[in-house]
Amino acid sequence: MTALVEGVFRGLGTGSVYALLALGFVIIYKATRVISFAQPALMLAGVVLVSHLAGPLGFWAALPLAALLTAVLALGIERGAVRPMVGRPAFVVAIITLGVDVAIRVVVNVFIGLDVRNVHDPWGLSSWRIGSVHVQQRHVAAFLATALLVAALFAFFRFTRMGLAMRAAADDQEAALAQGVSVGAVFALSWGLAGALAAVGGTFATAGVSFDGNLWLTALVALPVIILGGLDSLPGAVIGGLAVGVVQEVVATYQNDMPWLGGNVSVITPYVLMLVVLLVRPYGLFGTREVERV
Amino acid sequence: MTVATKAPRGRPLLFTSYPREMSLFPTTTRKVTFGVLLAVTAVLPFMLADAELQLLATCCIAAIGAIGLGLVTGYAGQVSLGHAFFLGIGAYTASVISGDPDGRTVGFGVTNILLWLPAAGLVAGLAGVIVAPLATRLRGLYLAIVTLGLVFIGQHIFSEWSSVTGGVGVGRPAPTLEIFGYSLFTTTASVTRDQKLFWLMAGLLLVFALAARNLARSRVGRAFTAIRDRDIAAGVIGVNLARYKTIAFAVSSFYAGCAGALLFTVTGFIEPSSFSLLLSVQYIAMVLIGGAGTISGAIAGAFFITLLPRIIRELQAFLPFISTDVNEVPNVLQVESILYGVLIIVFLIFEPRGLFGLWVRARNYWKSWPFSY
Repeated sequence: MTALVEGVFRGLGTGSVYALLALGFVIIYKATRVISFAQPALMLAGVVLVSHLAGPLGFWAALPLAALLTAVLALGIERGAVRPMVGRPAFVVAIITLGVDVAIRVVVNVFIGLDVRNVHDPWGLSSWRIGSVHVQQRHVAAFLATALLVAALFAFFRFTRMGLAMRAAADDQEAALAQGVSVGAVFALSWGLAGALAAVGGTFATAGVSFDGNLWLTALVALPVIILGGLDSLPGAVIGGLAVGVVQEVVATYQNDMPWLGGNVSVITPYVLMLVVLLVRPYGLFGTREVERV
Repeated sequence: MTVATKAPRGRPLLFTSYPREMSLFPTTTRKVTFGVLLAVTAVLPFMLADAELQLLATCCIAAIGAIGLGLVTGYAGQVSLGHAFFLGIGAYTASVISGDPDGRTVGFGVTNILLWLPAAGLVAGLAGVIVAPLATRLRGLYLAIVTLGLVFIGQHIFSEWSSVTGGVGVGRPAPTLEIFGYSLFTTTASVTRDQKLFWLMAGLLLVFALAARNLARSRVGRAFTAIRDRDIAAGVIGVNLARYKTIAFAVSSFYAGCAGALLFTVTGFIEPSSFSLLLSVQYIAMVLIGGAGTISGAIAGAFFITLLPRIIRELQAFLPFISTDVNEVPNVLQVESILYGVLIIVFLIFEPRGLFGLWVRARNYWKSWPFSY
């Protein structure tokens, strides 16, 4: 029982990371109708920036600065590779972001080098004890940070002028244009937000442990998450992220009892979960069903 | 009334009947080009060194796989990032069938290529049929992500099922190239190993390419393009979407299975971690850079991407800032990976029809020379 509860807490921690990454995907999708396969590269770039900046500046100054720089990088990608493709099929743009991802990761890997790097976070692997249950501080921190960011994002979309513009553009681009919304600015802001979220998410994903170039695979888990929650649903991304995190960690807790599945089966549980959900609900748990006009 | 089957003299591009326009080689130029290409392929092994032949043989195998992906993504418009999964299924089916029965990994010892090659294709095709129900329910980006999930699930199975695959870092021997006891993989007095390899792979590519071209100009191929252009409209005019999407996935996976079975015979060894997302991206790059929706484009793309490492190595002589030492920056491996990404971006932005489009542009320029249009 203790193991199960600890697994759930760990799951909420990693799930928060997935939720942050998934939010980035969903924000870009809602604004531009494109899935950005460049998120893994952005996340890796953010984490590498934190690990380089945290030495001289300290973790708390490095994190926002890295998020800002990653957002700038994302703006550059949007301007250079995605904006020229407005009006082309979504699949073509998605493949372009895949190309961007491959290219950027090579550059970022140069800055990772062969050393073991970490983000110099203040939590390490220390944990609190509640009864007989150990809860790692880094997971609590990830959960709180995610809660804070999600609340801020929802407030932004709900109460600000720009948030309203983004919702309008997501609803109907042409109508938004006709009302004077700068859809270009919406595209840019959505990429910037997604870049910053990827940097923060990646930092919490690797808090307490070291990372290498393979960290980008973590960001890909956000893909089953957004499919699970529904491509165009922000609450779906958060709930889906937490759900996938919990399922993954609970499976990780008990996977040694199921040796016939092979070691580390928890790595692929998000994808299996996605397939199962899709067979039942092709538009995810919270996604809007697509209605096509001939 | 008789249907005119021959072009009027002097006007080779005037098609007076549908069958003639849809024929395999509609113009004399195409017939001649095809014949010349065949002749060049036949004599090439006498003119090139063995190392180059081996590389070209690999190109031919990659082209078979790329044609397969081109059928499902280029013709039927169903984005698949899961090609590596099907390549893997083909590779392991073939190596299990032809493997040494007393070896470390499972094997049945049936080494005849006429048995293991179709079997690899059929098993992979079956996997494609199993995946197809997802494809019939999903569209566009949803499908892309689901097929991406297949790659990860496949990688897990390949790396954990070590009695078949040998496990990560160890691997297992590739299928044996042999036909009725005659080895296609040994050097004899008259022909070298790589000459045989090249002829075999070029011959297989010819068979697979012609089959794909024939499929594309048949009823099935027209259904594919109808689905790609607008699936709802296709459904309305009576194309059975579920049926033709399933056929597209089955055929594409069959091609992938055959390509996977052959791909590792050149190096002789299969390592489970080869079937990663990067392999899928390479095949996507082949199809897109070559030109989606054309067979010759897929072949050109496959040759281009497979030869890319070699091209960069040759370029390195002229661009001395690129290092061959993997510990230095920028080295050839990094330049190669970046080029995959950059080439995909550049082609999609500036020439969406790929290498095939470049060829069409060049042809049209000379056709209308000295007038521009």
